[in-house]
Amino acid sequence: MPPSPDAPGRTGAGRGGHPLLRYLGIRFLVSLLLVWGVTLVTFVLTALVPADPVAAVLGDQAAADPEVVAQFRRELGLDRPLAVQYLLYLQRLVHLDLGTSAQTRQPVLDDLREAVPATLELALFVLVVSVVLGVGAGLLAALRHHRPVDGVVRVLSLVGISTPTFWLALILFYVGFYRLGWFPGSGRLDARMAPPPEVTGLLTVDSLLAGDAAAFTDAVAHLLLPGIVLTLYAVGLLARFSRSAVLDVLSAEHVTAARAKGLPARAVVFRYVLRAALVPILTVVGLSFGSLLSGSVLTEAVFAWHGLGQYAYQSATRLDLQAVMGVGLVVGITYITINFAVDVLTAFVDPRVRRR
Amino acid sequence: MSATTPARPAPAAPPARPGWLRRSLRPRSPLTAIGVVVALAWLLVVVLGPMLPVQDPLAQTPDRLAPLSREHWFGTDSLGRDVFARVVAGARVSIPLSLLLVVLSMLLGSFVGAVAGLLGGVVDEVLMRVADLVLAFPTIILAMGVAAALGPSLTHAVVAMLVVTWPQYARVTRSLVLGARDREFVIAGRLMGIGWFTSLRRDVVPNVTGPVLVLATLDFGNAVLLLSGLSFLGLGTVPPTPEWGLMVSDGVQNFTAWWVAAFPGLAIVSIVLAFNFIGDALRDALDPRTQQAVGSRAL
Repeated sequence: MPPSPDAPGRTGAGRGGHPLLRYLGIRFLVSLLLVWGVTLVTFVLTALVPADPVAAVLGDQAAADPEVVAQFRRELGLDRPLAVQYLLYLQRLVHLDLGTSAQTRQPVLDDLREAVPATLELALFVLVVSVVLGVGAGLLAALRHHRPVDGVVRVLSLVGISTPTFWLALILFYVGFYRLGWFPGSGRLDARMAPPPEVTGLLTVDSLLAGDAAAFTDAVAHLLLPGIVLTLYAVGLLARFSRSAVLDVLSAEHVTAARAKGLPARAVVFRYVLRAALVPILTVVGLSFGSLLSGSVLTEAVFAWHGLGQYAYQSATRLDLQAVMGVGLVVGITYITINFAVDVLTAFVDPRVRRR
Repeated sequence: MSATTPARPAPAAPPARPGWLRRSLRPRSPLTAIGVVVALAWLLVVVLGPMLPVQDPLAQTPDRLAPLSREHWFGTDSLGRDVFARVVAGARVSIPLSLLLVVLSMLLGSFVGAVAGLLGGVVDEVLMRVADLVLAFPTIILAMGVAAALGPSLTHAVVAMLVVTWPQYARVTRSLVLGARDREFVIAGRLMGIGWFTSLRRDVVPNVTGPVLVLATLDFGNAVLLLSGLSFLGLGTVPPTPEWGLMVSDGVQNFTAWWVAAFPGLAIVSIVLAFNFIGDALRDALDPRTQQAVGSRAL
């Protein structure tokens, strides 16, 4: 791997250009490098598979016929050297050809087009709710340090990160759906309900666009249970980090100075504390997106939520290589993009970052 | 530790003030006490396991999905096995396996991190970029991919989990080593002509063990969650092993019999929570900021 430009101080010293642009340019290059690395990882992962994909895809009967097997290997390029296979893989990627899934017999790209919006809808819902609740709880706990509120937030957030999502999903499913009947069961929409015409793939947005109130209510109701499961975890994570980020800032000298000058508490919190704490909080929000995707694999399995997680799980257990590579790419690239976006936001919030 | 420490530092001295371990383990808060008690109770179950008067966790009975009763405290599962016996037996699977995972990942990760920090340059760049790459994938998804690629077996699951867990240790160790590398006694040792490996082993390692061990304690809960999560997906332990995650997945098929999944899940929550309570106290004890903040009453 070539040396990464991940050292702004070294590469950028004394050169012209706007510092913000230069900083963003470097972060962008690093992100590109990481994307390239992701293609390498997904490729290596599937190339190293000792289990024979040929038998898994063709079935035992066809795999016994050497003619069929040779044909299959030629089609996938499995008879060429690894380096050539990788270049072929990259070439197909550039043309957005992610191969054909062995289990659905559809192009992987089409499968992903169906799966991604389902997960995205769930993840966005959870992210918005848990950023509000988590950062709010963390701020409250830090401002009331060593008071009862702090203790309650601490215990609740530890419970949140200690509870296995797949178990909580099952328990809430049992209580909320089977016992109380307050929530709809699995899936994204009631089976008897016609899905709204597809625009974004997000059922809540599409039903609103179509002006279909019944479908919208039903889609939101289906989001609630899996949403609560993931939110509990994400809130726990965010509350902990926000609390310690705010505590850090509270003991900083500029905050002491602001308070000593007699600024009202509210002004100090909103003008100085929150702004400074925003940088670490933003970073954690970006990073927590990865945990959210991990959690959604396990949650989707329980709620039969036909998203990326379930697709990944099904293709991984059936050795559907093309599909696994596709999911790995989408997930890796999403994660890198989000963290690049966080870098950009950070640079705007914190001027020091650009000058480093 | 003073700057005049000779080439050979006090062995295994963590860079915190003396007595940090005792201070942090002294239960100042009820949470830490609860954590320690629960963790010790589970430890006892692991040690005494075979001697406990419970039923055979593998014995199948025609009494399938039976609710809680005097014979079966936690009911029975889909094959008529006693859930209480399986939860107890599961402690002897989940806890040692997670411990093994944490230890292996700590050894691998801190070795990589130490080498990167000590050698620097291209080696450092390459190793840390690889770590970044692994971190660019959500843990379960990458572990799932590796476990599936290698084929379902416990060994492969452990390998898969190692692949996703080493980078955090590598990062922490690297930054600690970078801090230790420029200390006088380490430089003195290198100037005396000892090789990098000897320098690593004798001068650097003792100075990074404390924080890395704390990280491992904090990480134990995550290891339990990762292992049970993979098993839940059918990519970790293999049936009929009484593993908690695997037992919860039996409850998915039979969700109306709530006891099948509820009790193994509670076992997971209790041990993870206990370790997180302990870890929280450890973190507080090691973090001087939390002690300062006690004095400065918040707004």
